[in-house]
Amino acid sequence: MSEQITMRIDGQVCTAKEGQTIIEVAQANGRYIPSLCHMPGLSADGCCRLCLVEVTGLNRLLPACTTPVRNGMSVVTDSERLNQNRLMALELLFSERNHICAVCVSNGHCELQGLAQQLGLTHIHFTYNYPKLPVDVSHPRFVLDHNRCILCARCVRVCDEVEGAHVWDIAGRGINSMLVSDLQRPWGESQSCTSCGKCVQVCPTGALVEKGHAVEEMTKRNAVVTQLAIKRGTHP
Amino acid sequence: MRTITIDPVSRIEGHAKISIHLDADGHVADTVFHVTQLRGFEKFAEGRPFYEMPAITARICGICPVSHLLASVKACDAIMSVRIPPAAAKLRELLHCAQIVQSHALSFFHLSSPDLLLGFDSDPAKRNVLGVIEAFPDLARDGIALRKFGQQAIEGLAKERVHPSWTVPGGVNAPLDPAVRDRIRAGLPQAKEIALRTIAFFKGVVDQFKEEIANFGNTHTMHAGLVDAEGNVQFYDGNVRFIDAEGKVVVDRMESADYSRYIGEAALPYSYLKAPFFKPRGFPEGIYRVGPLGRMNVATRCGTPAADAEFAEYHQRYGKVVHSSFHFHYARLIELLYGVERMEALLEDESILDRHVRAHAGVNALEGVGIIEAPRGTLIHHYKVNEEGAITWANLIVATGNNNLAIGRSVDQVAKHFIHGKKIKEGMLNRVAAVVRAYDPCLSCSTHAADQYPLEINLVDADGTRLQTLRS
Ligand code: SF4
Ligand code: FES
Repeated sequence: MSEQITMRIDGQVCTAKEGQTIIEVAQANGRYIPSLCHMPGLSADGCCRLCLVEVTGLNRLLPACTTPVRNGMSVVTDSERLNQNRLMALELLFSERNHICAVCVSNGHCELQGLAQQLGLTHIHFTYNYPKLPVDVSHPRFVLDHNRCILCARCVRVCDEVEGAHVWDIAGRGINSMLVSDLQRPWGESQSCTSCGKCVQVCPTGALVEKGHAVEEMTKRNAVVTQLAIKRGTHP
Repeated sequence: MRTITIDPVSRIEGHAKISIHLDADGHVADTVFHVTQLRGFEKFAEGRPFYEMPAITARICGICPVSHLLASVKACDAIMSVRIPPAAAKLRELLHCAQIVQSHALSFFHLSSPDLLLGFDSDPAKRNVLGVIEAFPDLARDGIALRKFGQQAIEGLAKERVHPSWTVPGGVNAPLDPAVRDRIRAGLPQAKEIALRTIAFFKGVVDQFKEEIANFGNTHTMHAGLVDAEGNVQFYDGNVRFIDAEGKVVVDRMESADYSRYIGEAALPYSYLKAPFFKPRGFPEGIYRVGPLGRMNVATRCGTPAADAEFAEYHQRYGKVVHSSFHFHYARLIELLYGVERMEALLEDESILDRHVRAHAGVNALEGVGIIEAPRGTLIHHYKVNEEGAITWANLIVATGNNNLAIGRSVDQVAKHFIHGKKIKEGMLNRVAAVVRAYDPCLSCSTHAADQYPLEINLVDADGTRLQTLRS
């Protein structure tokens, strides 16, 4: 049995088990930390940098979703510095690809959009990248729109860890990274895809969606996937 | 050189510019109507799933979102090859009528009534909505009330005023709430009274404009618009009918998918707006007009009692085919009345509350055409998709495009009649702007202030010197 430890989050004393991450302890104690790539039930990835927190005694910021707690640790989840960082991370996500909320099927139900509203993002200070990206409509039931993908890799993880199919991967590096199915074959031709739709349900944006939805009509049920993952014990 | 400057408002659909060229004696030699329009829409759509097109076209255009939505969902219905549930068709028509009422009210009361009520030559500083409110408070109040009625109906139906996402391929995404029906119904009697009152008022003043009627695009062209099997005017459904200038039906009930057999699209060197023409007659002989004037000319009747009475009187006054574009105003008011009456009829029918309002299907045809009558005329959306439903090609013929040639010809006529000499009065140039306004082109409908009109008129000397500019 893992050891009980004590720590502070925003001054509040919390007990936790060794091996838990900061975000897990925060959530268990009713403290909110913004996050995007993190999803309960899936392994942590730490790629979106939205969950950065301050840890007393350390100058650099640490991602709450991948950093394990230590006995006596003191964490700050809300400060001007953190806010600036989170806004910047969001702005970079928005400027990287083509997020046109007004015409998106996920408009109003998008985690990226929701966070922007919640954190009070009003301007993108970076120049938009406007990449020319394809939309993969080859699957009979689902669509992958690269324009709206933020490379959070939730789909990659759910497909690998929960469904066990491992259709998705992220190919390329840096700004050229792209989500690919089955070694860059069109999704509709994938041999490994079971068409279970879990990736669609966990995708935070309108990048993976069900076919045939008009603007604003796509809602997701990612909690179902979390429950399933926990039940199956694919992740603690 | 005198310049009146009101900065044009920036709009996606574009600004219009008119150049009036004078010869050495100061007579109008030539006029050009140019539209600068943002293109590239087709490129944006390429590769996207077809069912996203309604939202995309509604937002890209932003001028009359409901019209684009409806033309687009009809094109999508065709790709899915579905017949949408009857209640959905009624709801779409209801939404469309509400939009026509509010758009026509905007055109008449906000954009054109300053000219018509205060006079084309009146003080430009006062020749605007505020001036109308001051001089004709009752009429101005009517205008505001009518627009509000239309907007609230749209809002009630679509939950969102500007860009309703309620209309979807296959139908609509929620049935009509009886409470909303009752609310819209409650506003109908007043809306109808206003429509009747305004027509009566207009009929009383229209004959003061003899010179304008005779010269505002008073020309012989073909006309086009949607009608049903009995020849009643249609806004949402039906098939396009073409008549010639004498009123002879040239094409009756054109199948939507056949539009390119009858409509050619010419590119004009001086304008970004394509110039459609009736193909069998060639270019530019195949010039035709759409919108209120065209619809009231092609239709055999309206199909609702009060509007039919007005329709009969209108044609009694001006003939079987009404030729002057000045009468866009008159025709628009009849349509306004028809729109209100049609809403009345649709809402009386209990089946509009039917809860089955959407058909589901995938791609069953690789091509789809949707045609509706936007407030300002026939609007065509045409998409091609691959088997997976991604758009491979798209073409839009917008209402103002259909009238492009006719607007050019009308501007020419007005300029040649009213403008002489190198120094001209503002009122003369204003008539040039006014004939464009009569068509209610997309350029104007979105400007909420009537005194901000994205049109620039340049008067140019024989040697190319710009003599005068009017921005209105
Ligand atoms: S498709 Fe969705 S879930 Fe997958 S990486 Fe992109 S944004 Fe994340
Ligand atoms: S949620 Fe922690 S880095 Fe994305």
